[in-house]
Amino acid sequence: MSTSSISLNTWTDRKRPLWLLGAVIVGFPLYSFAAYWATGWGLVWWLAPLFIYGLIPVLDLLIGTDVENPPESRVASLSQERYYRWAIYAAVPIQYGSFIAGTWVAVTQPLAWWELTGLVFSCGAISGAAINIGHELGHATDPLDRWLAKIALAPVLYGHFYTEHNRGHHVRVATPEDPASARFGETFWEFLPRCVVGSIASAWRIEKQRLERQGKSVWHYSNDNLQSWAISLVLFAAMTAWLGVWALPFMIAQAAYGGSLLEVVNYLEHYGLCRQKGADGRYERCQPRHSWNSNHIVTNVFLYHLQRHSDHHANPTRPYQSLRHFPEAPQLPSGYASMVLLAYFPPIWFRLMNPKVVAHYKGDMRLANIKPSIRDEVIARYTPEVSTKATAAA
Amino acid sequence: MKKWRCLVCDFVYDEEKGLPFEGIPAGTRWEDVPDDWTCPDCGAGKLDFVMEEI
Repeated sequence: MSTSSISLNTWTDRKRPLWLLGAVIVGFPLYSFAAYWATGWGLVWWLAPLFIYGLIPVLDLLIGTDVENPPESRVASLSQERYYRWAIYAAVPIQYGSFIAGTWVAVTQPLAWWELTGLVFSCGAISGAAINIGHELGHATDPLDRWLAKIALAPVLYGHFYTEHNRGHHVRVATPEDPASARFGETFWEFLPRCVVGSIASAWRIEKQRLERQGKSVWHYSNDNLQSWAISLVLFAAMTAWLGVWALPFMIAQAAYGGSLLEVVNYLEHYGLCRQKGADGRYERCQPRHSWNSNHIVTNVFLYHLQRHSDHHANPTRPYQSLRHFPEAPQLPSGYASMVLLAYFPPIWFRLMNPKVVAHYKGDMRLANIKPSIRDEVIARYTPEVSTKATAAA
Repeated sequence: MKKWRCLVCDFVYDEEKGLPFEGIPAGTRWEDVPDDWTCPDCGAGKLDFVMEEI
């Protein structure tokens, strides 16, 4: 593939130092704090959302994409290198620093309403990024990593993600049964409540079944959901005890926005894509064609290669630094950071993405994951392309 | 005959039943399942499975 021009022995990860940037961005509320102290400008409380929605999409356009993959022979050693784990670990204390400092500022400093709003979005953005950190850690098999995943998810009240993502989403991805796979014709605003409610319910069911198998009650302390939620409860209670009751609405508001950021990424990752059922009633295995990908370097660096999503689903325990680009995987027109902006505006999203889904299935929309209420209408609207190769052969 | 459980997603490989739909006949021992075989539900590799006492 793309490794042919690179000697196998001399391959080095050109993104290696850049992986530290994931830990740098979760410090945004701290930088806002420092900038406010130095300049007194209220606008600095909006730094994180301006960075995500403004600067990253522009940088993605300017810097572009890379399709470089590590050579197969290097994957095992690359996956073992501790440096990459430490780059992730480093993000967690910084995320907590941002959360604690941000809440302290919100409650104790006399901010104008629009400055406070910016702070909610800044802290929420970091919480959203923290779900991605929890995601990477939650896929690891090392017990310490898995504990750290629960800790990273606590400030954003997303403890259920720890269970639901691995044992729910990864199993049912790109099927109508998956709450976290968006359907063709479903707006982000319809997807958001369906996904959140469905994911929490699924996480509860999954743990209930596991504990029942072990002869335990769902309320047993080893329930991963209860453990994760308990960390949130202790954290929020401690913050409220320290800073007073006004800390609570701030922390909940930033968590709500943080969760919505994760869900808007979920929305675009599998939009309209569907696995087919075989004769035995089982879904085909998850393939590169079942996830939307992007090789835009800037977003990839900040999201730990989350956009190389096809390989992530094919190899869920493969660490971020080793994820590969697949030429056959469907590609988004730009990075996730640009695409989430469009997802907020359904008419624009549909205009851009619906034709891509239709093209992906060559007009045969029976193969797509479609919102049930419009399924028949959508299938009727498009005519399947007759493959020219097939006609030529016939 | 033993059962092996996927650490990532809880899928169970039962040696007694095998996975006929994946071309692995009933009665295939875990050590005889190909090394490049992956979990049919989530894609995790063989190393991510643990044996389960039944």
